[in-house]
Amino acid sequence: MTKYKMHVLVCGGTGCRSSASDLLLENLRTEVENHKLSNDVKVLMTGCFGFCEKGPIVKVMPDNTFYTQVKPEDAAEIVNEHLIKGRKVTRLLYENPETSEHVGDSEKIEFYRKQLRIALRNCGFINPENIDEAIARDGYQALGKVLTELTPEAAIDIIKKSGLRGRGGGGFPTGLKWEMTHKSKGDQKYVVCNADEGDPGAFMDRSILEGDPHSVVEAMAICGYCTGASQGLVYIRAEYPLAVERLRIAIAQAREYGLLGENILETNFSFDIDIRYGAGAFVCGEETALIHSMEGLRGEPTVKPPFPSQSGYLGKPTTVNNVETYANIAPIILKGAEWFSSIGTEKSKGTKVFALAGKINNVGLIEVPMGTTLREVIFEIGGGIKNGKKFKAVQTGGPSGGCLTEKHLDTPIDYDNLIANGSMMGSGGMIVMDEDDCMVSVARFYLDFTVDESCGKCAPCRIGNKRLNEILDKIILGNGTEEDIDRLRYLGAVIKDTSLCGLGQTAPNPILSTLDNFMHEYLAHVIDHKCPAGKCKSMMKYSIIPENCVGCTACARNCPVNAISGERKQTHFIDSHICIKCGACIERCKFNAIVVN
Amino acid sequence: MNNIKLTIDDKTVEVAPGTSILNAARTVGVDIPTLCYFKLGDMPIENRPGGCRVCVVEVEGRKNLAPACVTECTEGMVVKTHTIRALNARKTVLELILSDHPTDCLVCAKSGNCDLQALAQKMGIRQLHYTGAQSHYRKDTSPSIIRDMDKCIMCRRCEMMCNTVQTVGALSGINRGFMSVVAPAFEMDLEHSVCTYCGQCVAVCPTGALTEVDHTNAVIRALADPSKTVVVQTAPAVRAALGEEFGLEPGTLVTGKMVAALRRLGFNYVFDTDFAADLTIMEEGTEFLNRLTKFLEGDKDVKLPILTSCCPAWVKFFEHQFPDMMDIPSTAKSPQQMFGPIAKNYFAEKIGVSRKNMVVVSIMPCLAKKYECSRDEFKVDGNPDVDYSLSTRELAMLIKQSNIDFNALPDEDFDNPLGESTGAAVIFGTTGGVIEAAVRTAYELYTNKPLPRPDFVELRGLEGIRSATIDVDGFDLKIGIAHGLGNARKLLEDIRAGKSHFHAIEIMACPGGCIGGGGQPLHHGKLDILKKRQMAIYREDAAKPIRKSHENPFIIELYKEYLGKPLSEKSHHLLHTVYFDRSRSPILIKSNGKCE
Repeated sequence: MTKYKMHVLVCGGTGCRSSASDLLLENLRTEVENHKLSNDVKVLMTGCFGFCEKGPIVKVMPDNTFYTQVKPEDAAEIVNEHLIKGRKVTRLLYENPETSEHVGDSEKIEFYRKQLRIALRNCGFINPENIDEAIARDGYQALGKVLTELTPEAAIDIIKKSGLRGRGGGGFPTGLKWEMTHKSKGDQKYVVCNADEGDPGAFMDRSILEGDPHSVVEAMAICGYCTGASQGLVYIRAEYPLAVERLRIAIAQAREYGLLGENILETNFSFDIDIRYGAGAFVCGEETALIHSMEGLRGEPTVKPPFPSQSGYLGKPTTVNNVETYANIAPIILKGAEWFSSIGTEKSKGTKVFALAGKINNVGLIEVPMGTTLREVIFEIGGGIKNGKKFKAVQTGGPSGGCLTEKHLDTPIDYDNLIANGSMMGSGGMIVMDEDDCMVSVARFYLDFTVDESCGKCAPCRIGNKRLNEILDKIILGNGTEEDIDRLRYLGAVIKDTSLCGLGQTAPNPILSTLDNFMHEYLAHVIDHKCPAGKCKSMMKYSIIPENCVGCTACARNCPVNAISGERKQTHFIDSHICIKCGACIERCKFNAIVVN
Repeated sequence: MNNIKLTIDDKTVEVAPGTSILNAARTVGVDIPTLCYFKLGDMPIENRPGGCRVCVVEVEGRKNLAPACVTECTEGMVVKTHTIRALNARKTVLELILSDHPTDCLVCAKSGNCDLQALAQKMGIRQLHYTGAQSHYRKDTSPSIIRDMDKCIMCRRCEMMCNTVQTVGALSGINRGFMSVVAPAFEMDLEHSVCTYCGQCVAVCPTGALTEVDHTNAVIRALADPSKTVVVQTAPAVRAALGEEFGLEPGTLVTGKMVAALRRLGFNYVFDTDFAADLTIMEEGTEFLNRLTKFLEGDKDVKLPILTSCCPAWVKFFEHQFPDMMDIPSTAKSPQQMFGPIAKNYFAEKIGVSRKNMVVVSIMPCLAKKYECSRDEFKVDGNPDVDYSLSTRELAMLIKQSNIDFNALPDEDFDNPLGESTGAAVIFGTTGGVIEAAVRTAYELYTNKPLPRPDFVELRGLEGIRSATIDVDGFDLKIGIAHGLGNARKLLEDIRAGKSHFHAIEIMACPGGCIGGGGQPLHHGKLDILKKRQMAIYREDAAKPIRKSHENPFIIELYKEYLGKPLSEKSHHLLHTVYFDRSRSPILIKSNGKCE
């Protein structure tokens, strides 16, 4: 076996690949070969490192050198300087935004310092298309242990004691779910992996499947053993082609190694996995809708009970778990329930993966212990707000969640605290907003999404959310009244109270939580007809301060709709009926004569 | 399992496990309003998607409101059905539904018969607090059914009927969110879909989204045209249900009043489809006996069981879904379509009226009959054998519009010669009736012995699939009966798999047979109404002096004077038909005949 002196890891996640990391990988390989370093240096593609803001990422081991925003043409320099001459390429090293110092060691980067990677343990370490690398990092050891040393009951007991809760959003105790299917009677049972990730800006599941598909394959087999199922199904959206491809490869390799199929590891246990493609309907993340979609029916939820553990896919007992939930299983089996439950808070154990997005410096994927505060996530790991702006709010839980504000920053993140504060864990989307964001518009953005994604089955969600959206539109256009705010609250409460599934029951949350935390913004819209953040165009008015205007005509010449009139060297005038509020005039005015209010 | 005890509106209730809150509440006089929920008595026809959310109630300890129709009772549950929270939520949800509904009740075909309208009245909705955009869809008109989906409330009852009960699969929920609607695949026209026009979707639609094509004006015009001789035929199931439209008890037979009303409307001849039903028995019965005789003589190629062919929705169903088995059903036309050519040839000649000056109108419990009479093979040079088919509901409307006090009418008799019928023909109107009528005749023709008793109670009932063995002078005649196309499918799949042991099978598309047809007065899920109609039909049969088709003197005369004998060349020409493979949708077939 070849012992390499150095490993060069290149991120092969969807984000970095779209910035040509695949070409970069090729270039590095060519350079290494050209310099006849192939016996000493191994260049390999890995899954996502999480630090997507700075991608494409290249990491050189064993010295933890972390190169950011590497272009394909940088390959030669990295090989020549770093690999041959031992000098790190400073200009490609991560630069601390506060001190402007280049950081040579990834462990010293703030983004990674507070992270604890369990579900993402192999993302950015292994080549996801090579089962040997997964096995080298303890892959399939937990499956071996379960099959040879544990009864299904004993294995379920470990999961129960670990305190692991569903990572897809609901937070249902995973061990309990497995036990329910285990106890359900049925000649055929199923294990389903819910990879129908759909929250705007969220890509936790995609990264796990792209970076470490074997962690999911192994856990599904463990779940099959525990619940008595012989068939696994991964429901994944077809918009994740790379994840689909790597999962497909992983399943094929696992079959080849006898880790899937008949009599796994020479035991009586047989288990295999198939892939089912989703067409990208958000509601199919709801487990009953997901099952109907897999059955070839319209993807829409049905009332529970019966729960899938009693009557799921094709009417058979079915366990449905999220990708990230599965990714936690093997470490729990190997390291024990006590180890896992020692991480986190009283009722939320382990870690959680979040997708940081929005107005934050370090956009990317992070994994932190439950109980980490929002402040730590946003200001330490996330590196604070972009362009030195002021933090305003963070939306957790995707379109079903709510906005949390300054006053919530020191709340430890866990399932129950987020709900108590009017939001929810959701699948892990975290979108940060700054002082320039209008919270009414933010609420409308999320509602737009749920209105589009509603399956249309139940009336409150189908029609009620549409009506909420129309009221928000009215407010944003400057035509809202105080009565409209009451209507939002009342109708929002009825929709939550009467909708069929989680999508409808949580759809009004972005409105209700912004009403709770940013009532003054709503009032400014409906009483003063002003948008404090200056986002709602309809309420803006451009005008010229006569004292400042010198009559240079620059504004009038650049107005695309001829809304500005005035003679040379005379004060100009903007006709607000014609003005489309594009801002071209302000950009051209050198005399600060144009104001928006 | 032990019963479950719970409290609903402070009343203690004890129910079997699995009972819904809705049904438990009904046992103690608590009538929770519903909208999407639909159940046809104890038949396996139930729609409870839990979609409309009108039946929400408060359950102690539960975070959100519970839909009563789909929430199972649990031990110790405390349910409150009319708290201010439940009441306000229910009203708001109903207001939301109304906010996406055209409020054109004054000119809607369903007005007065609309579940949504009735509920809005019951809940005292006087104002819509949330108005906004409404969803709009292309109006779709087929030969039988009009789809005006602007009025669809997504209750999915039609979808349940079409997919689960009938297994036709023409309708399903499409689109997402606010634009969700029930439609054929790719939003194609119903005419291009696999729809059989059974009309069960119309029969259960709570609003005016699905209605029948209205031919009353065309009939009024024909009646007003002095150059036309207008002949009307009425199907057996109509007389057992028409009275309901005039406030009479379900099951009231109004044969005499119906004839009187038709005469007052101005029809020149009031005839009976029952006459043609007797004729059908002669043709179909003879065809069956021929096949049976060949079979008993050892002919391995003979097609048995024979399947009845008097239901046009059933015919279209097998043309779409079982085109490989088109040689199994009888080739006999339906009674409606036997009546047409007999009227326009035999009778027209008799009274000296030319074909083009005779208009044949049928009164049917059925919407597929509208489609049936529009089929090209039932036309001569473009002139249809039956010009217009009106539903029972349309006839009631016509009578009301013509200022006729229906209940005050005297009983009158049908005209002759095409108005005389036997008890065997009357029972065509219910499931099991056609085959019972056929057995009465086949028995006597086969054995040359008089039937000991005309009533075959073993063939009666409302079970979806029934079977009986009839002793025909020592020979065990095995009969199968299915009503509802889903049940028909099961029998057909058995035949295809070679597992069927029947000699003859009767199939009717609608639950209950024609008494439950898509053109009948709406039953609103009350199975009792169907049972009473069925009893009325059997009452009419029992009261008839002649109860076997082959003894109808006018049928005997028709064969003697005109047709010769059953399955004669003339019979074949006028009374038998062919079927077409419709397994490929016409819009998917290119001009080269290949599927895209």
